[in-house]
Amino acid sequence: MFEVAPFVPFFVAAAIALFVRGWPRALLMVAVPLLGLANLWLLGPGSFGAWSVLDFELLLFRADRLSLLFGYLFHIAALIAIVYALHLRDTLQQVASLLYAGSALGAVFAGDLLTLFIFWELLALTSVMLVWARRTGRAYLAGLRYFFLQILSGLLLLGGIIFYAQAQGSLEFGYIGLGQGILDSVGSWMIFLAFGIKCAFPFFHNWLTDAYPESTPTGTVFLSAFTTKVAVYALARAYPGTELLVYIGATMACFPIFYAVIENDLRRVLAYSLINQLGFMVVGIGIGTSLAINGAVAHAFNDVIFKGLLFMSMGAVLQMTGRINGSELGGLYKTMPKTTVLCIIGAASISAFPLFSGFVSKSMVMSAAIQNGYDWVWLILLFASAGVFHHAGIKIPYFAFFAHDSGLRAKEPPTNMLVAMSIAAALCLAVGIYPQALYRLLPFEMSYSPYDLTHVLTQLQLLFFSALAFVWLNLRRLYPPELPSVNLDVEWLYRRLLPAAARSFFAAAFRLDERVRRTALHAVDRLMAGVTSYHKPDGVMARSWLTGSMVAGVVLLLGLYLLLGFSTY
Amino acid sequence: MSGDKHDFFDKPDNVRRLLRVFYGICALLVALDLVVHRHTEYRWEGLPAFYPVYGFVGCVLLVVVAKWMRKFLMRPGDYYDRVELAEADSQRGRGDV
Repeated sequence: MFEVAPFVPFFVAAAIALFVRGWPRALLMVAVPLLGLANLWLLGPGSFGAWSVLDFELLLFRADRLSLLFGYLFHIAALIAIVYALHLRDTLQQVASLLYAGSALGAVFAGDLLTLFIFWELLALTSVMLVWARRTGRAYLAGLRYFFLQILSGLLLLGGIIFYAQAQGSLEFGYIGLGQGILDSVGSWMIFLAFGIKCAFPFFHNWLTDAYPESTPTGTVFLSAFTTKVAVYALARAYPGTELLVYIGATMACFPIFYAVIENDLRRVLAYSLINQLGFMVVGIGIGTSLAINGAVAHAFNDVIFKGLLFMSMGAVLQMTGRINGSELGGLYKTMPKTTVLCIIGAASISAFPLFSGFVSKSMVMSAAIQNGYDWVWLILLFASAGVFHHAGIKIPYFAFFAHDSGLRAKEPPTNMLVAMSIAAALCLAVGIYPQALYRLLPFEMSYSPYDLTHVLTQLQLLFFSALAFVWLNLRRLYPPELPSVNLDVEWLYRRLLPAAARSFFAAAFRLDERVRRTALHAVDRLMAGVTSYHKPDGVMARSWLTGSMVAGVVLLLGLYLLLGFSTY
Repeated sequence: MSGDKHDFFDKPDNVRRLLRVFYGICALLVALDLVVHRHTEYRWEGLPAFYPVYGFVGCVLLVVVAKWMRKFLMRPGDYYDRVELAEADSQRGRGDV
């Protein structure tokens, strides 16, 4: 049978899309993820596409339950995002998004580390186009910073692969672990860090909050789906059960929610909450039991859909009003009721309300945390769950669609956007109501039921009292108002401190340089003046001398020679 | 129907009614906590009204801390742009010449 690797249709379609326009291109773009999904379904688990470069055996396609789930997910996400972007007439964005989705699929099905590296870099290269496609100065600079960190991740990965291959003698992409012994661990730590940068670990998270909100309304939807989830997949494959990940994940789940509360740009709020959701997945991978891994992967699946839905609804707001800051929005429910409802479905899903998708996956990670004795981590995750509801579940819909009336009377977005959001909303509800459909696709067999009385009741209590806190703070006017502002984060180091340090360093260097030049010129001047003073008319060297004194000089010289001649014997 | 919906939240009465329903649900959830026997896995989890208290206190703390963070983290909206975009512009200008 003729087998096609999942990334191939996307790359081929991207090449064709360069030459066709209008409805043929639209048809092509919608058809690709559908045909790709059918192709993947038929392929199923297995592997093919072995090729060798130098001495290395590479494997283009290797599918098991873990990679297949991400494969299905990426096809669905691509379909939703493509429908959402169907109104675009922008070759750059459309081609880049197809290549980007294809690269994500290539990375997920890579059977060896070198193939993974190639698609890892392609992800960076294609996704930065979606940031630059905004075509503003800010987007250009944010894209540059984004690109720099993504490439850094790629280089670390390559370096790690070299060390790892030397130690292991194999390039197979399987369990790596942090390893023992210097030689072993150098490679695996470098790979760990490379995955970590792409997964927005603390201190490396600002590329996400920096670049995603600067992308186009449609570009952000693509961006939110692929890059970080490829990293989650890679961590789940290579570092399950690494305890360090539990603590990294707990940090990721916790600190962004503080930023999200005071952030004004609503798409940046979502970017911070994306890191928070990644935290849950990373904790799950770190715990590493089958329930925890299942939870992490299921949550990745749900997150792509509901975070996509939230980014789509905010993209619709940006598209129709030209604004995205909470301080400038409000009251949009009056003219955008459909978008409002769809956004609220996304908000309910990310907040893990019963019957919505977040509920059925987040709880798996939480249960795993408590079953494995991570009590404090469990408490932090519980706090993070309440916080998610607070900033993503309430703040996003509230400040965009309700709050004070901004006077904006924007129309509903184009039909294709509404259709895409509806598909995502339907999936959120479907997974929430009938989770077994998703559970059957998970990497490990399990019998887990999210809907028992205790769980539903406690979750509702947590959420309703978080909402009560919001209401109380708002009525008491204690809630921080939305202010046009920038909040300092780690990025300050390389956006402000480093350039400032470099600037003052170069300024000092230039000052020193100037001083050296001035001193040198001064010395040259003095030398010239001295020389001139001897050679000017009547100077010592320019004077005409008496013949007698010349002869006296010569005699003196000869006398000296004579003396020297004698003294050598 | 759309006329009715257009100013639904503009009427304070509607908002008040919604809030009253909301408070009712909150009270009901706490009451259920006393009636229903929850199976618990964590020692604090068994405390009466653990989840409501944790949710409420957690969120108030979250907001208070976040507000406090504004004191030393908040900068004007053009904090980065002022420098970065100016530099980019001057470079572009130089490139054109």
